[in-house]
Amino acid sequence: MPAAGVVLIIAVVLIVLALVYYLVSTIVALRQITNGLDEAIAGVGEIIEKSAPVNEIVTDINKNLDAGVDLLEGLLVKKAGLVDAIGLVEGLYPGAAAAGLRNFPESKEITPPRISEVYTKGTLTLARLGREAPIAAASPSGPVLRNVAGGSLDARSRYPEVRQTRPSKLARSPVIGTGAPVQYPPSEQRGGTTPGEGELDEKGPWAETAAEGVVPAELGGSDAPREMLAEDPQLGSAALGETTGSDVPATEKGIDPSAGDEADATTDGGPDVPEGAEPDLKDAAAPPRQVDVDSAETTDDSAT
Amino acid sequence: MILWWIGNALLLLVVLPVVVYLLRGVLDAARGIVPSVNRIAAAASAGSKDLDAAPLLLTTQDQVRQTVEVVAGYGGSLDVIIDDVEEE
Repeated sequence: MPAAGVVLIIAVVLIVLALVYYLVSTIVALRQITNGLDEAIAGVGEIIEKSAPVNEIVTDINKNLDAGVDLLEGLLVKKAGLVDAIGLVEGLYPGAAAAGLRNFPESKEITPPRISEVYTKGTLTLARLGREAPIAAASPSGPVLRNVAGGSLDARSRYPEVRQTRPSKLARSPVIGTGAPVQYPPSEQRGGTTPGEGELDEKGPWAETAAEGVVPAELGGSDAPREMLAEDPQLGSAALGETTGSDVPATEKGIDPSAGDEADATTDGGPDVPEGAEPDLKDAAAPPRQVDVDSAETTDDSAT
Repeated sequence: MILWWIGNALLLLVVLPVVVYLLRGVLDAARGIVPSVNRIAAAASAGSKDLDAAPLLLTTQDQVRQTVEVVAGYGGSLDVIIDDVEEE
């Protein structure tokens, strides 16, 4: 083979080797790029997935906050008026009045009054609502809400009520019962006997009221003089009755005394019933009469 | 024969350097992309991690709703107990 042929073969081999080296290196670099892009795409996918509901949630949050701002701005302007509202905002947050109220574009043109220095309208109302209302914190005479002399005590003392004067001692409340400072002797008896000392000790404090009587005569009880009673005293002594003062039974047979202190009118009184006899219940389950039903329906209709 | 030698010389002195130059440029460009892609992947991963707090927005949403409800109740109460400004 001539020398020129050998040189040609060597040149071709060199070119092929150069192509192989650089192309393989390029392939390796491109594979690294592919792997990096895969990681990036995975990260971006997570970002998209995680941020998907953010828009909806933030929109809802903004909607609620907008409603709150609308409410507070509207309430402030409704209660204080637009000009005073701007003054209040400026007093609380100096410089904020320049931005105005969002729902009241004309508020940007208002020169805020110096409400933070002098403001009396509604202060007392706000003081009642919250003792640390910032509206009065910058008052020229100091924090009005914490000024006892100029606060609610001064206004309260104008009312003719003894307790406002802070007396050292007030009259005691009236006491009832046997320990009361004024005792009313029993003047009236409504069944049974007036409890004595022994019965009071046995029955306890609840029997003390019976010892005093229901209503003393001098206070207009049923046995009071005629001139003290109403024109038509329906509950006079004749209607209320009185005790007989005798131990003789009121009925012919009376209550079986064999039962003693445990006697009961339903078991120890009344007629003798044969043993095994059934009680007469023929009227127990009787339906209401048609007249009563009609009357009840008429009453319901008129009520509605 | 002279032409053969001239062809060999062109192959070794011109074609081979041009091929090497072009391939080296492609390789350098490809290798230059790799760090950039790696930085993008790291940034995407960090961004994804930053969004781990996104579910807390649900809590924020609920709390904002409750707060606005309380504000509405408070404002409504104030509306009832405080007189409106007198119209001039």
